[in-house]
Amino acid sequence: MGSKQTVFTHEQLEAYQDNPFRQRIAQVFSEDGDGHMTLDNFLDMFSVMSEMAPRDLKAYYAFKIYDFNEDDYICAWDLGQTVTRLTRGELSAEEVALVCDKVLDEADSDQDGRLSLEDFQNMILRAPDFLSTFHIRI
Amino acid sequence: MDYLKSASPTNVIRGFSGGDRSGRRPSSKQAPPGRRGSPPGQLDRARGSQRPGSPRRKQTERQTERRSRGGELVRGQERSATDRTCEGKRKRDARASLREQRAPQKKEKELLKKEEPRTRPKKPRSSSLASSVSGRESLSEEELARILEQVEEKKKLIATMRSKPWPMAKKLAELREAQAFVEEYEGALGKGKGKQLYAYRMLMAKKWVKFKRDFVNFKTQCIPWEMKIKGIESHFGSSVASYFIFLRWMYGVNLVLFGLIFGLVIIPEVLMGVPYGSIPRKTVPRAEQEKAMDFSVLWDFEGYIKYSALFYGYYNNQRTIGWLRYRLPMAYFMVGISVFGYSLVIVIRSMANNTQGSTSDGESDNFTFSFKMFTSWDYLIGNSETADSKYAAITTSFKESIVDEQESNKEENVHLTRFLRVVANFLIICCLCGSGYLIYFVVKRSQEFSKKQNVSWYERNEVEIVMSLLGMFCPPLFETIAALEKYHPRVGLKWQLGRIFALFLGNLYTFLLALMDDVHLKLSKEEKIKNITHWTLFNYYNSSGWNESVPRPPLHPADVPRGSCWETAVGIEFMRLTVSDMLVTYITILLGDFLRACFVRFMNYCWCWDLEAGFPSYAEFDISGNVLGLIFNQGMIWMGSFYAPGLVGINVLRLLTSMYFQCWAVMSSNVPHERVFKASRSNSFYMGLLLLVLFLSLLPVAYTIMSLPPSFDCGPFSGKYRMYDVLQETIENDFPTFLGKIFAFLANPGLIIPAILLMFLAIYYLNSVSKSLSRANAQLKKKIQALREDEKSHKSVKGKATASDSGDIPKSSSKNATQLQLPKEETTPHSASQSQIPDKKAQGSGTVLPASQHLTVSQPPGVRPGSSHPRSQTRACRSASGRKAQKPPC
Repeated sequence: MGSKQTVFTHEQLEAYQDNPFRQRIAQVFSEDGDGHMTLDNFLDMFSVMSEMAPRDLKAYYAFKIYDFNEDDYICAWDLGQTVTRLTRGELSAEEVALVCDKVLDEADSDQDGRLSLEDFQNMILRAPDFLSTFHIRI
Repeated sequence: MDYLKSASPTNVIRGFSGGDRSGRRPSSKQAPPGRRGSPPGQLDRARGSQRPGSPRRKQTERQTERRSRGGELVRGQERSATDRTCEGKRKRDARASLREQRAPQKKEKELLKKEEPRTRPKKPRSSSLASSVSGRESLSEEELARILEQVEEKKKLIATMRSKPWPMAKKLAELREAQAFVEEYEGALGKGKGKQLYAYRMLMAKKWVKFKRDFVNFKTQCIPWEMKIKGIESHFGSSVASYFIFLRWMYGVNLVLFGLIFGLVIIPEVLMGVPYGSIPRKTVPRAEQEKAMDFSVLWDFEGYIKYSALFYGYYNNQRTIGWLRYRLPMAYFMVGISVFGYSLVIVIRSMANNTQGSTSDGESDNFTFSFKMFTSWDYLIGNSETADSKYAAITTSFKESIVDEQESNKEENVHLTRFLRVVANFLIICCLCGSGYLIYFVVKRSQEFSKKQNVSWYERNEVEIVMSLLGMFCPPLFETIAALEKYHPRVGLKWQLGRIFALFLGNLYTFLLALMDDVHLKLSKEEKIKNITHWTLFNYYNSSGWNESVPRPPLHPADVPRGSCWETAVGIEFMRLTVSDMLVTYITILLGDFLRACFVRFMNYCWCWDLEAGFPSYAEFDISGNVLGLIFNQGMIWMGSFYAPGLVGINVLRLLTSMYFQCWAVMSSNVPHERVFKASRSNSFYMGLLLLVLFLSLLPVAYTIMSLPPSFDCGPFSGKYRMYDVLQETIENDFPTFLGKIFAFLANPGLIIPAILLMFLAIYYLNSVSKSLSRANAQLKKKIQALREDEKSHKSVKGKATASDSGDIPKSSSKNATQLQLPKEETTPHSASQSQIPDKKAQGSGTVLPASQHLTVSQPPGVRPGSSHPRSQTRACRSASGRKAQKPPC
């Protein structure tokens, strides 16, 4: 606010961005998936992440964000990625595996070993604080 | 995003209802002939002739004119919307008639909806409105209805635009098109006003949301130490945080107690009571006066502190004080009772709240890990420090859940564990007995010492020292023994709490018994002292050698011999105990945690082995010891506050400092537990212990109030036979006589015993009710679980069946999304009927399609297992078969 600096250095940007999924967000909302966003993409992102966006839409994009390898399913590998990023790699490999197993066990309703969008929505529908955490304010 | 705002459902509906209002009643009357096929123009004219002068009619005419005037303006847009429309007069006529028809159409459509099953099969399903307009001279009713449907759908599209996973460019294009379309067929009726109003309302809604958010933030900021506790929770887990939350709660309770005592007892006494030095009980005796200001004396709460409003003995037994005629003895008594009353109520209420909270989260049990994984990161976090603690918190919470999970599927040698547990319990009981005896012994000895004249500092404080040492060394011993038992850390904590509770309880009660001995000793001496006092005064006033004519000045209060005032002595004991307890706690933290941490941290550079990982390492936060320390300290306060009103003030200070001190200590010099575990759901166990302690500390106070005579020369109740006599006195003197009679009647045992019996009955009844309710609750939970399993297995069957067509899943993210896409590409009336009876249709196709496509399905989805739970089944099937319904029929 107070500073006159208009161009951020790379380090500053890194320091400001603490979201473990920042790359994924950029990739999901960019048109060609390379993380570079046009203005429209940017607006897209904010309209999805805004407070007013409906739960279904948020769930859809959350699914895309957590789907690291972009095969339209959240598989065990994606879950492992998520856990590692959330905990900054502080959990051991066994613990990560246990967590992934548990998540699949809980949310995978058709038991095909991966979460489809439907599974994900079904799960996220009941999450009490999904709406309050999955949004960005400007 | 103004364009989204303006294109809102409310706006659209407003416009519609405005138009609707203008022609509702006529249209409802005219609808049946209109559908029979009379030309629209005629219809309108007929309606006009029916009601030539009605205001509604005029309005409609005006609107029609306005619309036809504005028609030139919107024509361009019309063209784009209804593309491929052929030009010409015929078309324009058609559109004019269409516009006139617009108002009635709405009603007609509603009727149409009702008659849908009848009319649907007959409808010709042409591809689009535009072609139908161009192909015919005038519009038939079906086409009008279809246009309306399209308008409706466009509106729906605008309303649900937000929930479409489309890129912004597509959204914009779609929105503009839909808006243009709606605008064309809706007319500009009442639009501008609605738009503004809508914009205003949106603005207000946004402001309201922002205000609510700010308010919530403000409320969070108002909670004291919230950030500190959150920080601790994120690094040390909820179990450690639960101690601090408990501490905070305790602080709040003590503040209230402090306010009660301070405001109703101490301040009135200081302001309105007789000043210091005026009467014997408010004066330091002559013998003590020299040393009364020495620090060592003050530190023991003797000297001036003993003769101050902090203690019971200072209060005078005057019935009323000051110009307010404040009944201080009465107030003292009532405050003493209400301290207990308030504490009981608040503890029980908090327990009840905790149990309420624990029953409501049945659903989240099913998705513990999923919720943690997908919803725990707060996307709002932008501050790196916050993010760090969030990472720590997430890691901690994962670890907590992992510990729970591991514990739940651990299998072991049951016999060995059982044997070890028995051994551990035996050892601990031995420890408890030993410490109990030690205390008893020390107390006896201290009674010996108190009879001697000059005792050393150690001999005087032996009891406190021994108790503090026991409190310091027994809990770690118990913990070591408890390691044998291999409980889940949470269960282990409860055992540990229970054992240390027993230890402290033993200590406390031995201490109390010793105190009682002391009190009885003092009481037995009291009669003698009373006589001495009496005689001294008598001799003083009647002695010879004084000029009889001049009245003698009263004896100086400091010289009057007085009793030992056992109440103040008790109060001083509690005061000392509280202060020494506090000091021991702080010193333990400083030495045991901080210095150890410093040593480990800095000597690690020049030491033979790894200090951090090896032997001394850093200390863990001792939850059980701290919690129990807090609980027993509170017990002391409850017991002591009747005899030392200032005790609560000291305690408030203590809690305040210990909050800051312990927060600092835990963050600076402790490490998280090896197995971070989740706090037991709500700290109702702590509350239970606290309630027990409250009850136990109520007993001695009640005993002294009810069955010991108060000292004759100190305190607000001096001169009475029992302390509660103050109540009787007030009833007799200040209340009307009939009230006194009523009270006397109420105190009749013949009434009290039935009342107690009744209470027992009520307790029994409520208990059984709550038991049956909790049983029902458990059953319901089980049912939900079973339902979920059922749904899961059903889904897995279904999932196999539909595995082939899972490609279009992303499109079906929201059901009506695809349904609304349909009218644009291929505007078939089919879609309309589908949207009106989606369930039947969807279910129908859902049951038919997979069966026809996959003949190998073991169980047709239409016949579901466990169809006795229709609600969840329909939801599951709707979501599953909704996808089917959207597929283009093959």
